[in-house]
Amino acid sequence: MSIFADGNTRLIVQGITGRDGSFHARQMLEYGTRLVAGVTPGKGGQTFAPGVPIFNTVAEAVRATEANASVIYVPPMGAAGAIFEAADAGISLIVCITEGVPVLDLTKVMPYVRERGARLIGPNCPGLITPGACKIGIIPGNICIPGRVGLVSRSGTLTYEVVHQLTRNGLGQSSCVGIGGDPLIGTNFIDCLRGFQDDPATDAIVMLGEIGGTDEQNAAAFVKEYVTKPVVGFIAGQTAPKGRRMGHAGAIISGSSGTAEEKMAAFEAAGIGVMRRPADVIALLRKQM
Amino acid sequence: MNLHEYQGRALFRAGGIPMPDGDVAATPAEAEAIARRLNGQVVVKAQVHVGGRGKAGGVKLASTPKEAAEAAKKILGMQIKGLTVQKVLVVPAADIATEAYAGLILDRATQRPVFMVSAAGGIDIEEVAATTPEKITRLAVDPRYGLLPHQALTLAFTLFSDITQVRATAKILEQLYQIFISNGCTLTEINPLVSTPDGKVLALDAKVIIDDNELDRRPDLAQLRDETAEEPSEVTARKANLTFIKLSGNVGCVVNGAGLAMATMDLVKYYGGQPANFLDIGGSSNPEKVVNALKIITGDPEVKAILFNIFGGITRTDDVANGILTAMKQFKVNVPLVIRLTGTNEEEAVRILKAAGMQALNDMDEAVQKVVEVAKGAA
Repeated sequence: MSIFADGNTRLIVQGITGRDGSFHARQMLEYGTRLVAGVTPGKGGQTFAPGVPIFNTVAEAVRATEANASVIYVPPMGAAGAIFEAADAGISLIVCITEGVPVLDLTKVMPYVRERGARLIGPNCPGLITPGACKIGIIPGNICIPGRVGLVSRSGTLTYEVVHQLTRNGLGQSSCVGIGGDPLIGTNFIDCLRGFQDDPATDAIVMLGEIGGTDEQNAAAFVKEYVTKPVVGFIAGQTAPKGRRMGHAGAIISGSSGTAEEKMAAFEAAGIGVMRRPADVIALLRKQM
Repeated sequence: MNLHEYQGRALFRAGGIPMPDGDVAATPAEAEAIARRLNGQVVVKAQVHVGGRGKAGGVKLASTPKEAAEAAKKILGMQIKGLTVQKVLVVPAADIATEAYAGLILDRATQRPVFMVSAAGGIDIEEVAATTPEKITRLAVDPRYGLLPHQALTLAFTLFSDITQVRATAKILEQLYQIFISNGCTLTEINPLVSTPDGKVLALDAKVIIDDNELDRRPDLAQLRDETAEEPSEVTARKANLTFIKLSGNVGCVVNGAGLAMATMDLVKYYGGQPANFLDIGGSSNPEKVVNALKIITGDPEVKAILFNIFGGITRTDDVANGILTAMKQFKVNVPLVIRLTGTNEEEAVRILKAAGMQALNDMDEAVQKVVEVAKGAA
């Protein structure tokens, strides 16, 4: 078991002939993901790899392959369009890797996706992986091992760092989800926490947050009310100055809100084990599991 | 991207929002000429991207054109929180009856543009929001329909009771919304929105923040960027496609990924050091980026040691190793490097560094502890 994606997920890649799209499509195929098609307008009829036809539109790909998930590698100015297209074609899981999508585009995307009953993960995210079964996005498969720890994160490489620590210490993962570093994202901590709480294959949850916004505080309140499994958490940006965008568009302290202290205090109040540094994850999990 | 007040004013006036006349000056003579044209008492305001201009002496009242020139002379070249004032805005000193606040921000929670208006204007709205939130009226706008006429009126009625002023305010709110949408903003704000003794409603200030992600498709907005108002090393970094923020510490950090970069800075602090910067070399495997990163960090005389923390996913660690060696051939790196690499092509990276007589560590905590020690020893 897992959340959002498993061995039965039938995936397409939007932007499969681009530099990033083709590279990561190959990695996903090698990992064993059921990659059933790719989409690039104008390249319909070609083949990406044995068993992976290319279509001009998502709708055609869905009709021909019964795909139910899509991962998007198109450039920032076309990313919103790609999400609209996937939602319109009936795709139920849309993962947008693209970084730099204008935020006003996303204000229109969000209600559109929601009204069609689809789930969007991202944008500006590394995607998700259910170790041993399915990888959607760019998380390196070789650092993960199957197991019973669920992980949700706003970051990419920090996720890898923590997964690496888990794997080195023999703590495998049920699913790892990167929800993205933008201010507007389709799937938030609470969606993932609910998923992990309800997933019988997950025993404990790691959440990696960062400065900016109030998602972590809301997630802490949700943990207190709904989650009975052990949760440990980290907040990146304890040393970040106010008012500066720390790489991620969403990682910005405005006024006195969105600071690491505020978020760590919320974690503590909700009974979440607070990691002071990434390496603390092991001891905290062992203590709580 | 933050706009200067004079740039925001230009957008507001183009969008039809009533504002007093005024102009921007780079010399005392220009300020004097503007004051003469405005023919009355004026305010001379420093144009810098920091708050607290008034307290720092960057806003002055002038009764005559001569006084305006003197005020401009004092303010131009002044340092406010480390930034040099290059331009001043000269505007008429307005006659104010009441002050209100009207702002439109992109709200993460509702995922929509949200209006915030308050009859308590001329103040720090975040302070009001924190202490007396009941004084602020909020309204989330559905971007598919825009600000509807009755919504604009409802907001305006919370600021004024006179129907002429209410209608004028509703129109200003609609214009503020249009400016927000058509310029890809994450914030448009009027503080204060004033009424004058003769009953007019005017915007006296213009604050605009444009979404950085918008700039690639909007060269007209991108050219509003004022590089003289930024830290020079940050401008160099942006041109090299690096995300760099200068801090005041002595441990330089080169990291791939924003989250790991923040966590690395935090860990430097955890082990008793002070990070000199935030630097994300991004996901691509370009040795040139590493060269540029080292060039920028070694340009900071405060830096006593540099830490590389690279977790190779898309980034190939051997490319980073090659970048380090290339940089050291191109220019003198005169502070010690502590390198931590793991992930994609790690064995090759370690081999490359070893052949050049350098050491690569595998563990993040070990590397951070070491670089903090080295920096302390060198200081």
